[in-house]
Amino acid sequence: MSTRLRRGLPWLATLLLVVVMIAVWEVVVRAMDVSSLILPPPSMIADRLGEMLRESETWHHTLITAMETVFGFAIAVVSGVAVGVLIGKVAWLETTLRPIIVGIQVVPKVALVPLFVIWFGFGMTSKVVVAAILAFFPIMLNVLLGVKSLDQGHRDVMRSLNASRVQTFLNLEVRSVMPYLLAGMETGIVFAIIGAIVGEYLGGSDGLGFMVVTTLNQFDAPGLFGVIVILSVLGLVLYALVYSLKRVLIPWHESVYAQRLDG
Amino acid sequence: MTHTSAEDAPMTTTVGPPPGDVSIAVSGVSKVFTTKKGNVEALRDIELDVAAGEVVSIIGRSGCGKSTLLRIMAGLLGPTAGNVTINGQPLWRGGSVDSSVVQKLGVVFQDANLLPWFDVIDNIALPLKLRGVDKTTRRRRATELLDLVGLGGFAGSYPRELSGGMRQRVAIARALSRDPELLLMDEPFGALDALTRERMNLEVQRIVAATEATVVFVTHDIAEAVFLGDRVVQMTPRPGRIEETTDVHLARPRSMDVQTTPEFGTLVRHLRHSLEGEL
Repeated sequence: MSTRLRRGLPWLATLLLVVVMIAVWEVVVRAMDVSSLILPPPSMIADRLGEMLRESETWHHTLITAMETVFGFAIAVVSGVAVGVLIGKVAWLETTLRPIIVGIQVVPKVALVPLFVIWFGFGMTSKVVVAAILAFFPIMLNVLLGVKSLDQGHRDVMRSLNASRVQTFLNLEVRSVMPYLLAGMETGIVFAIIGAIVGEYLGGSDGLGFMVVTTLNQFDAPGLFGVIVILSVLGLVLYALVYSLKRVLIPWHESVYAQRLDG
Repeated sequence: MTHTSAEDAPMTTTVGPPPGDVSIAVSGVSKVFTTKKGNVEALRDIELDVAAGEVVSIIGRSGCGKSTLLRIMAGLLGPTAGNVTINGQPLWRGGSVDSSVVQKLGVVFQDANLLPWFDVIDNIALPLKLRGVDKTTRRRRATELLDLVGLGGFAGSYPRELSGGMRQRVAIARALSRDPELLLMDEPFGALDALTRERMNLEVQRIVAATEATVVFVTHDIAEAVFLGDRVVQMTPRPGRIEETTDVHLARPRSMDVQTTPEFGTLVRHLRHSLEGEL
């Protein structure tokens, strides 16, 4: 079997499976005469999605959600790295803050969203804040883990080579924390999208989360599914962007390297 | 401390530094580790002079403090008492290390400790990069060293693509890249299989001859210690002390066949007996 075919086959199989699942959905819904209010057939969703994509309003809402997610995520990356490094480097800070961090972590932060709406208003700010807070924890905790996981042998090498603090930071610490940061970012971007949408559910009149609410209120089930499709695509694109950073930033890492080997 | 020579039988003992310029002098070094269970005396009153161009092997069973001694010589661990002098300059000043003296050292650790995000060339060139040498110069130097350790074709490889023996060769090249006056090696081949280890010993001999480096080589393998060393220093544990120093008068370059000669056998037997005698 040629390598091209062998590489392409899993993709082909995935595609085929999706097509089969959609076909089964279509056939079953039609055969059993399910109300389109409960579960519309894929063809109806596709039609409705097509209509929606022709309306500029849909694109406006998509852009709003994307911006909230990206802003929130960016804030989470910056603050997550800063706090993670600080706590990882200063031992007494970690012992002091760890119980608080664990405490905050187990609080279902989504339950706090109404509070943020009260504090930051119905505009984009409250959603950005929710997205940032949800994405912050996985990023900060991964960076913390990365800072604590520095290899003692590598430290010895840097010390035996008279490396300055800055040199050790640039040649060892930054690079060794990078895989952890990227792992945190992978989780973080998904959390940021969830944060933005939940924020939109609960307040305001913009974004895909708001569209979910309005389609639901109008009993527009095909429209609701359409929004879900747009949301999924948005999530997939953002996730793929973060994921592809790995190939640029840590081409040496096992997770990237193994992929390169088997194509 | 006794000083024996394998040439004379029965073995005689002499005391004092070896002939030639002293490259590294360990004088009165003691190390006490403070733990929750109390103090552990790791090293007591270590005296060791190594001449320029000499290869000294340090052997001893696990826990005899040989690695601790090497870490003190490498400037990674401060001695409780005493000091290490390298070409007349003290390495330790109080609790802190004199970085201008550290510049003269090259250290090879038990693990290769290569940085996985740099390719082989950048790993070898790292000491020069830290010293501010420009990219072209340090890459040229690294390529020379890569050839020296016999890995010419692996310049762009990442450490994870190399075998254990190859990684250790890269680590040796890295240690050599800033032209150290003294090469310190801490059981560098402990994790390698016997055949690779023998090959690496031949490599070390060749590299040392080519670079005229002074070497302190820590190992727990008697044959390795004898094969590489001009002298074998034997340490005993609790507390770590130098028990005995044995001269190795075997012609260089030594091939692996030297291990089958009676002189080699006598030396190994003698060292084995005195190591077992500790029990």
